[in-house]
Amino acid sequence: MLEIKGLTINYGGIEAVKDISFTVPEGEIVTLVGANGAGKSSTLRGIIGLVKAKSGSITFDDKELMGESTDEIVKNGITLVPEGRHVFPDQTVLENLKIGAYLRKGNLDEDIENVYKIFPRLKERSWQAAGTLSGGEQQMLAVGRALMANPKLIMMDEPSLGLAPIIVNEIFEIIKRVNEQGTTVLLVEQNANMALHIADKAYVIENGRITIEGTGKELLMDERVKKAYLGTTAE
Amino acid sequence: MISYMLQQLLNGLSLGGAYALIAIGYTMVYGILRMINFAHGDEFMMAGYFMIFSLAVFPWYVAVPFVILCTIVLGVLIERVAYKPLRNAPRMSVMISAIGISYLLQNLANYLFTAMPQSYPQIDILKHVYEFGSISVSRVTIIAPVLTIVLTVLLVLLVNHTKLGMAMRACSKDQETARIMGIRVDNIITITFVIGCGLAAVGSILYFTDRNTVQPYSGSLPGLKCFVAAVIGGIGNIQGAVLGGFIVGICQIVITAMGYSVFSDAFTFALLVIILIFKPSGLFGEKAVQKV
Repeated sequence: MLEIKGLTINYGGIEAVKDISFTVPEGEIVTLVGANGAGKSSTLRGIIGLVKAKSGSITFDDKELMGESTDEIVKNGITLVPEGRHVFPDQTVLENLKIGAYLRKGNLDEDIENVYKIFPRLKERSWQAAGTLSGGEQQMLAVGRALMANPKLIMMDEPSLGLAPIIVNEIFEIIKRVNEQGTTVLLVEQNANMALHIADKAYVIENGRITIEGTGKELLMDERVKKAYLGTTAE
Repeated sequence: MISYMLQQLLNGLSLGGAYALIAIGYTMVYGILRMINFAHGDEFMMAGYFMIFSLAVFPWYVAVPFVILCTIVLGVLIERVAYKPLRNAPRMSVMISAIGISYLLQNLANYLFTAMPQSYPQIDILKHVYEFGSISVSRVTIIAPVLTIVLTVLLVLLVNHTKLGMAMRACSKDQETARIMGIRVDNIITITFVIGCGLAAVGSILYFTDRNTVQPYSGSLPGLKCFVAAVIGGIGNIQGAVLGGFIVGICQIVITAMGYSVFSDAFTFALLVIILIFKPSGLFGEKAVQKV
C-alpha cells in the first residue's frame, strides 16, 4: 500500500533520514522503533509532506506522493497523529473532531458517533475545551481526530509518550482496534516492547538508517534488539 | 451644553467605528501570523487615494466596491511579496519587512500623488445632514458605528460558526497541525488579509469622508492608534479590537472637545501604557494558561 524507496531527508542541517526503504502492506500494523533522534519522526513528517524530502520516492496505492502538498497527501488517505498530540486547545472536543474531517464533504454525524463509540470518554467531554483534557484523553482525541479524515493509512508518532503505563496499555488496545476496523497503521515508538508486540512488521532505525527488520515477533527475539531497546538480555 | 456633548459623543462613535474596522485588520493578522502588520495604516491611506481616483470616474455605488477591491488586491500583493517569502524566518524579520513596506507606500504616495493634501471627494449620500434641534449630524456619523457593529457581528459569526472560521482558528493556534488536517494554511492567510484590507477600505471611506483630505502620511498616526486599539482590546481578539477602536475614538473626540486637543494623541498612548501595566494581555486578551 505504502512504499518508501531510498528516502533521504535533510532536517536542521543534518541528514536525518538516509536512504530508507520500507513497505507498509494494506491492513497491517507496521512499526518503526529506534532511539530518540534516530529519524523516525522525520520519516513520518516526510511522508505527510511537512518536510520536503531530498530524494527517494513515496508511492501510496501506486500513486507517487513525493513533492505533493500536505493537503493533497491527506486527500489521498494518509493522516498523521503528531507527536505531542497537538489538539487545538481552545476548541471543543467536537470541533477538534470536525477539523479532522476538514477535507471531507457531507454529513459527519455517523463518523463522530463511531469515534465516540471507540472513545466513550470523548463523548462525555464533547463540549469541553480540548486543552482541559488529561494527557491520555488528548491522545485519544488526537487519534479520533485523525480517524475523522477517514484515512486508509493512519500514522502515529509516539502515541504513548508521557502517558501513565495503564493509559499506554489502553492506547495500544485502541491502536489494535483501529487496525481491526480496517485502517492500516504505521506506528513510530520508543516504547519498543509494546510496539513490537502488536506489530505485524517492524523496522529498527538507527542514525537515519534501517538496521534490522522482521516481523514483530522476530524482533522481540532478536538479541541486538533485546539489548538495545528492550532492556533485557538472554539469560 | 448637553446637546454639544451629545454631538461630540456621536462624532466619537463615528470615529471609533472607523478605528474599529482598521483595528480588526491588525488583530486578525496578528492572530494568524503573530506579527504586527505595520503597513496596514498605509494600506488604509492608499484606500483614500483609490477613492479619489475612482470617484472621479465612477458613480459612488461602483466606486465603493472598486476601492474595496483595490485595497484587497494591494494587501494580498504585499502579503505575497513581503511576508510570504519570510514564512519560516524569525518573526522579527517579517515585522521589519512590514515597516519597510509602510515607508515604501508612504514614499510611493508622495512620489505619485505629491505631498499636497488632496481633497477627498464628497459622497453625497453619506454627507446628507440631519438636524435634531441644535444637533446636526451627517449621515456618515450615524452609519459608521452601525456599519461597524454589523460587520463585526458578521465577522464573529464567520469565525466562530463556519468551516472557514474553524480553519482560521486552527491556523492561528497551530499552523503545522492545521496543515496535517489538510488545511491550506497559505490560503487561510490570504483570506485573512482579504478580510482585514476589505474592512480597512470601508474604514477609510468612513474616516476620510469626515476629514476631507488625504495626504501620504494620513495613514501613519491613525494606523498607530488603531494598533493601540487592538492592543487595548487584547491583540488577536476581534471583539476586543472593536471595543478598543471605540474607546480610542471616543476618548480622542471627548478630549478634543474639552479643549485639550494638543493632548489627544498623547492620551491615546498614555492609555496604552496604562493598559500594558495593569492588564498586559488587553481587555479580552488570550488566556495564556494551557495544560500540557
